[in-house]
Amino acid sequence: MSRLAKQIGLPRLPAGLSPVRRFRALEFPLRAPSTPRRVAPLPPERRTGVHYDTEWARRTPARMVRAAIVDGPMRLAVSGLAAPDRRGEDRLLGLEGPIIFAANHHSHLDTPLLLTSIPTPWRHKVVVAAASDYFFGTRVTGALSALVIGAIPIERTKVERRSANTAAELIGDGWSLLIFPEGGRSPDGWGQPFRGGAAYLAAKTGVPVVPIHLEGTGRILRKGRSLPRPSTTSVTFGRPLKPTDDENATRFGARIEREVAALADEASSDWYRARLRAHAGTSPGLTGPETGRWRRAWALGDRARGAKRRTRSWPDI
Amino acid sequence: MASDSRRKAPRPGFVLDVDRSTPPILFHHGDNFRLEKLPADRSRVIYPAEPLPGLPDPEESIYQALLNPLDDDPLPSLMKPGMKLTIAFDDLSLPLPKMRQPDIRQRIIEQVLDIAAAAGVDDVHLIAALALHRRMTEAELRHCLGDRIYDAFAPQNALYNHDAEDPDGIVELGTTGHDELVTMNKRAAESDLLVYVNLNIVSMDGGWKSTATGLSSYAGIKHHHNVATMRESKSFMDRHSSELHHSNWRQGEVIKNHGPRVFQIETTINNNTFGYDGPLAVLQKREWEWTARDRATFMGMKKGLDLMPTGARRKIFNNWEAPYELTSVQAGNVDSVHEVTLENCFKQHLVPVEGQTDVLTFGLPYICPYNVNSVMNPVLVMCLGLGYFFNMYRGKPLVREGGVLIMSHPTPWEFHPVHHPSYIDFFEQLLAETTDPIELEKKYEKQFAEDEWYTHLYRNSYAYHGVHPFYMWYWGAHALQWLGRVIIVGGDQRAVRRLGFQPASTMQDALEMASDVVGPRPSITHLHNPPILMADVT
Repeated sequence: MSRLAKQIGLPRLPAGLSPVRRFRALEFPLRAPSTPRRVAPLPPERRTGVHYDTEWARRTPARMVRAAIVDGPMRLAVSGLAAPDRRGEDRLLGLEGPIIFAANHHSHLDTPLLLTSIPTPWRHKVVVAAASDYFFGTRVTGALSALVIGAIPIERTKVERRSANTAAELIGDGWSLLIFPEGGRSPDGWGQPFRGGAAYLAAKTGVPVVPIHLEGTGRILRKGRSLPRPSTTSVTFGRPLKPTDDENATRFGARIEREVAALADEASSDWYRARLRAHAGTSPGLTGPETGRWRRAWALGDRARGAKRRTRSWPDI
Repeated sequence: MASDSRRKAPRPGFVLDVDRSTPPILFHHGDNFRLEKLPADRSRVIYPAEPLPGLPDPEESIYQALLNPLDDDPLPSLMKPGMKLTIAFDDLSLPLPKMRQPDIRQRIIEQVLDIAAAAGVDDVHLIAALALHRRMTEAELRHCLGDRIYDAFAPQNALYNHDAEDPDGIVELGTTGHDELVTMNKRAAESDLLVYVNLNIVSMDGGWKSTATGLSSYAGIKHHHNVATMRESKSFMDRHSSELHHSNWRQGEVIKNHGPRVFQIETTINNNTFGYDGPLAVLQKREWEWTARDRATFMGMKKGLDLMPTGARRKIFNNWEAPYELTSVQAGNVDSVHEVTLENCFKQHLVPVEGQTDVLTFGLPYICPYNVNSVMNPVLVMCLGLGYFFNMYRGKPLVREGGVLIMSHPTPWEFHPVHHPSYIDFFEQLLAETTDPIELEKKYEKQFAEDEWYTHLYRNSYAYHGVHPFYMWYWGAHALQWLGRVIIVGGDQRAVRRLGFQPASTMQDALEMASDVVGPRPSITHLHNPPILMADVT
């Protein structure tokens, strides 16, 4: 050993050192070099968050694994936990090429539910816009997210061109995009204002946006809960939308939000009443009343499918 | 690739002269098939046109039709808040077989309703215009209209089947110059706007027949559904030579003058009945173009069907949903719309044919307009053969007067007890006495039409009206008068004889029996239908 160390030029270490001390005693090139004091160090190469490269997860082997997961255990789990009632798939008939699916967001269950609900031409060629700070916080969670749900990292806390460019490039390559324009799960069961990402990407790529309303996933696994509780859910697909000539991304984003609100109305009442209110601009909003927390929670009960306001019959005295 | 180019440039229908090299020809035979070798040098086969290409964007085409109607105002301008809007639509007798979802009616009605919603119309009713047909079940309505419409309107009783026997639900609008009473569904008649959504599978459908018949009652329908009218309808597939349609158009005039404003939406579909691929695609191909795969599919299918019990065969066929595509949609004034519809219908169906024939043959399929999800009983076999298929002509009948008709169908002595109760009595009691339509009409029609039990079943169960089997018989009245003999190959002998026809075990036997009437070596023409074709006979 000492002959070999001498041959390759290793420094001679004092005898009798423990392995740890021996390791610490190693010098460059066996250890990383130190940076000279007068030189600015290179920034560390970032490989997590928005910088995580998911390209490998869109190659054939990873896609095959993902397809097997989505159509196998994921579908089984979703059926068992969420018993989804899927509506409006017929509105996607005749569409070709990539689509941006924009849905409201209540739960971690939303993504599996949608991945197993999106019709087949798109189901196995879809990427999911996932929060880079949450899903790609470490390389392990990033790899799992990219492999299992086809996630790509999206910056949600600040404007970041890299995320949008990646998504646009993927759409250009024929990948559909699943995005939750609220930017995160609902904290209290009501929706949050839509951000402009889906609208911006639709305007940039010319791809239609299919609004989707999800109902019931919050009851199963709402934000803050770690164990799911089985319940029923509904997934309502809307008509594909494209920005009109006189519509910028902001206005188009607002229209997407209105369409999802109309779908929510459709899911909780019926299609025609929902259309009447949508045309009159009186669809109940996704974000709920601007009141105190308890009143928002109270009002939430009225939105469930078929829910009726309880009328208490007091005894005549 | 070949099928792609064929989809874009479909071949028209044509007449094949049979020679020794012609392979056996496909005959539909109820819920099974036969291959029959036709005599060379004196037989011909009329093949339907291949499916015309569907409209590339049906939703946009529908939208444009509603916005730019023919000789009428755009639909949005007719919608006002507070108005009474009724949307009537063709029932499950169209198309045949049922089409894959979304049905055209769903696509159209959703757009009509969206326009109504934009105008804030609250009072909307949807009515299945089924005249004297059986009521549609929830599943059938959901199939035609989709869950969105069903769930929005059915729970509020705003989506329902027309009831021609509702004493409070029918109004009289007046009489025509020929003393024909015009009755109409009260809700439709009292509406500010009646939007009729039609689906033309053959040229007989649509026009004023939609409202004058579909939303009427026995009192109004009997003026054109009778033997005299049918015998003068030559044929009822040719609207301008059809007394049936003349009468409906006269009733339409009364509706125009005394009824609601009608906004008609008509559609045509292509001949894509069995699909370009899939198990039944072979039925849409010409026999000499069957590939090894097609032949294997056919033989396997035939063998399987031979081994199956009747119920299983029927279930398989009743579950078939045709991948029809929309070829045209037009909206607005009834007359203007219908003329365009007819043009589009003929574009798909008409095949020029020179001269008549001594013997006409065809194979009857498992379905006709009156046995959707049901049983094809012997009366319906007669109606489909002598009513529909015989009348698939323009100009003059394919078969000469006094000629012979040979049909292939198992013709089982079997009835659906829920759907066709009055058919059972008609077949077992009345046809045992006479098959003369005039005598049946004179002696028994009124009794069946006004029978309280049949009326109860029509209104509350899923039964065809008591008078319906008479109408089926009348539909064949023109053919009965015209033909020298009717032979059914492979049918239940007792049932065939009860119909007044002659049974034959094989096509060879049938042709020999025909020669008694039309002489030796008669000319033979086979109508290769379905997919649908209509002979333009000169």
